[in-house]
Amino acid sequence: MSVFSDETTRARLEVDAKEIIARYPRERSALLPLLHLVQAEEGYVSADGIAFCAEQLGITTAEVTAVATFYTMYKRRPTGEYHVGVCTNTLCAVMGGDEIFAALKEHLGIGNDETTEDGKVSLEHVECNAACDFAPVVMVNWEFFDNQTPDSAKSLVDDLRLGRDVKPTRGPDRLCTWKQASRVLAGFSDGLATQGAQAGAPSLAGLDVARRNGWTAPDPARPAAERADDVEGDAK
Amino acid sequence: MTTLTPVLSRNWDRPDSFTLAAYRETGGYQALRKALTMEPDAIVELVKSSGLRGRGGAGFPTGMKWGFLPKDNPNPRYLVVNADESEPGTCKDIPLLLANPHALVEGIAIASYAIRSNTAFVYVRGEVLHVIRRLRHAVAEAYEAGLLGRDVLGSGFDLDVVVHAGAGAYICGEETALLDSLEGYRGQPRLKPPFPAVAGLYASPTVVNNVESIASVPSIVANGAEWFTSMGTEKSAGFGFFSLSGHVTRPGQYEAPLGVTLRELLDMAGGIRAGHELKFWTPGGSSTPIFTADHLDTPLDFESVGAAGSMLGTRALQIFDETTCVVRAVGRWISFYAHESCGKCTPCREGNYWMVQVLERLEDGRGTEADLDRLLDICDNLLGRSFCALGDGATSPVTSSIKYFRQEYLDHLEHGGCPFDHAKSTVWGGGR
Repeated sequence: MSVFSDETTRARLEVDAKEIIARYPRERSALLPLLHLVQAEEGYVSADGIAFCAEQLGITTAEVTAVATFYTMYKRRPTGEYHVGVCTNTLCAVMGGDEIFAALKEHLGIGNDETTEDGKVSLEHVECNAACDFAPVVMVNWEFFDNQTPDSAKSLVDDLRLGRDVKPTRGPDRLCTWKQASRVLAGFSDGLATQGAQAGAPSLAGLDVARRNGWTAPDPARPAAERADDVEGDAK
Repeated sequence: MTTLTPVLSRNWDRPDSFTLAAYRETGGYQALRKALTMEPDAIVELVKSSGLRGRGGAGFPTGMKWGFLPKDNPNPRYLVVNADESEPGTCKDIPLLLANPHALVEGIAIASYAIRSNTAFVYVRGEVLHVIRRLRHAVAEAYEAGLLGRDVLGSGFDLDVVVHAGAGAYICGEETALLDSLEGYRGQPRLKPPFPAVAGLYASPTVVNNVESIASVPSIVANGAEWFTSMGTEKSAGFGFFSLSGHVTRPGQYEAPLGVTLRELLDMAGGIRAGHELKFWTPGGSSTPIFTADHLDTPLDFESVGAAGSMLGTRALQIFDETTCVVRAVGRWISFYAHESCGKCTPCREGNYWMVQVLERLEDGRGTEADLDRLLDICDNLLGRSFCALGDGATSPVTSSIKYFRQEYLDHLEHGGCPFDHAKSTVWGGGR
């Protein structure tokens, strides 16, 4: 029996769905967050999940399926409690992402887009995740694990399988599960926004240089001509 | 010598930089107060005269984009912020939103007021969970403080901001694909014209701007257009993030005036990693033709980079040393474009598919010299013939790498495979 046919669950999800739909001037805009919502229930987007979204929006299951299959974050099969994404786009691959991905495949005994038998870890190679200055990058449930090595990545997945607490490099104090992460993507707060660092070291690299050298943006309170003199002075 | 000009990053070394309290302590939301005393059109004129150009890659003048909204269209107007940062190498908006989301929220409030929009959306890529939390938290704080919502700061101006998480599709960084996605469809680009300014979200007048563009607006309102144009070059005014990644001693974000050079940035970043030398680099992400050591002194502004045969793009400087195989690098980028092609147009869908096959056999030493001409021929059929810039961008690494490193492709054929030891390129292998 599908979770969506259980009356209590369904009633709860319908409240959530209404809240999502109310955010938008037009209902159909709610489809992406609704798909995140059904993924938060089952860990993937099932046929039943698709039917639930279609009913909420008054569109066909074919229309929902067309969208659900277009976006890589929606999974068509049950996903592990922890989705481990290794960036193998060029920059990360060159810096070691390929070796990390190969090491994890061997260590976990699974291939790309597969899940360990205990249902704990799904492994996938992912595209550029906008953290190139922290390469090589691994994402777990879409939280940043920066500057990884094959060894650090192997011990990371070991910790995940053993149920040990794992802390992202730039993220909350504890990693949440795949389903919990999907719920955040659907737009529901888990109250963790203020946890964790504001910035990693590379994010501050330029600011550090500026601070050490006393460099700032021009002072708007001073006339432009005077500021121009400063710049020339610096050049000498 | 060019010096760094931290504006958006100037408060990032405060552990609480992402909070409203910290943002206010460093002058935050004073620009919004000032803006609300101005005529909306005066703000549009101010941004025009600042010369701010879109920071998402294309470099279109931001104020001009705002000015394109038709005056006589009765539909509601929308501001949509493109936070779908996915161009390989690009990593500026994500740390900005993590450390300083209020800079964007304040920019959204000012820009929405200027274009007379009462609803703004931030389309943020889904694969950055904590960034989404931080952004939503900042929006909630701003609502609570009366900086968003009904009657912003008692001005009579109403503004709702919706943070919308994407679901994994590079193509949604293309502005019309983003709009389709935000409307709840597959993210596929639309035919232009009509441009979003005329028929954007829900066929209403819409401005789509990059995160960094909008986040730069409060500083312009606070400090004036002249302050902004005192940085950068005549046609590429102001500051921007230069994101250094790869084989560099201290990779990271360097906020500098446009026109800074890679040589200057490398000096600040400790140079290429010890014992190695620069081989090739991208000035603005994988969709911009690669450069070599010959371009170390090219000013990184829109005009100079264009004149040197590439594009400023997103200032994503991916730096590769001599241990890196350019054929492998390009092959991987093209696999990315093939994977991310939305499938709508044939040149991009088929062209990238076939380029992956050809590049694979070249890398494995199974290709022929004629394959290089074949790649260039496919690129001819892609560039300017695909539906959107994704297909155009895919040709950049291919044509530029053949231009600068033709012999390296041939070496693969002679060697019967890749002559490089990839282990030496890794972070941990470089020292050995």
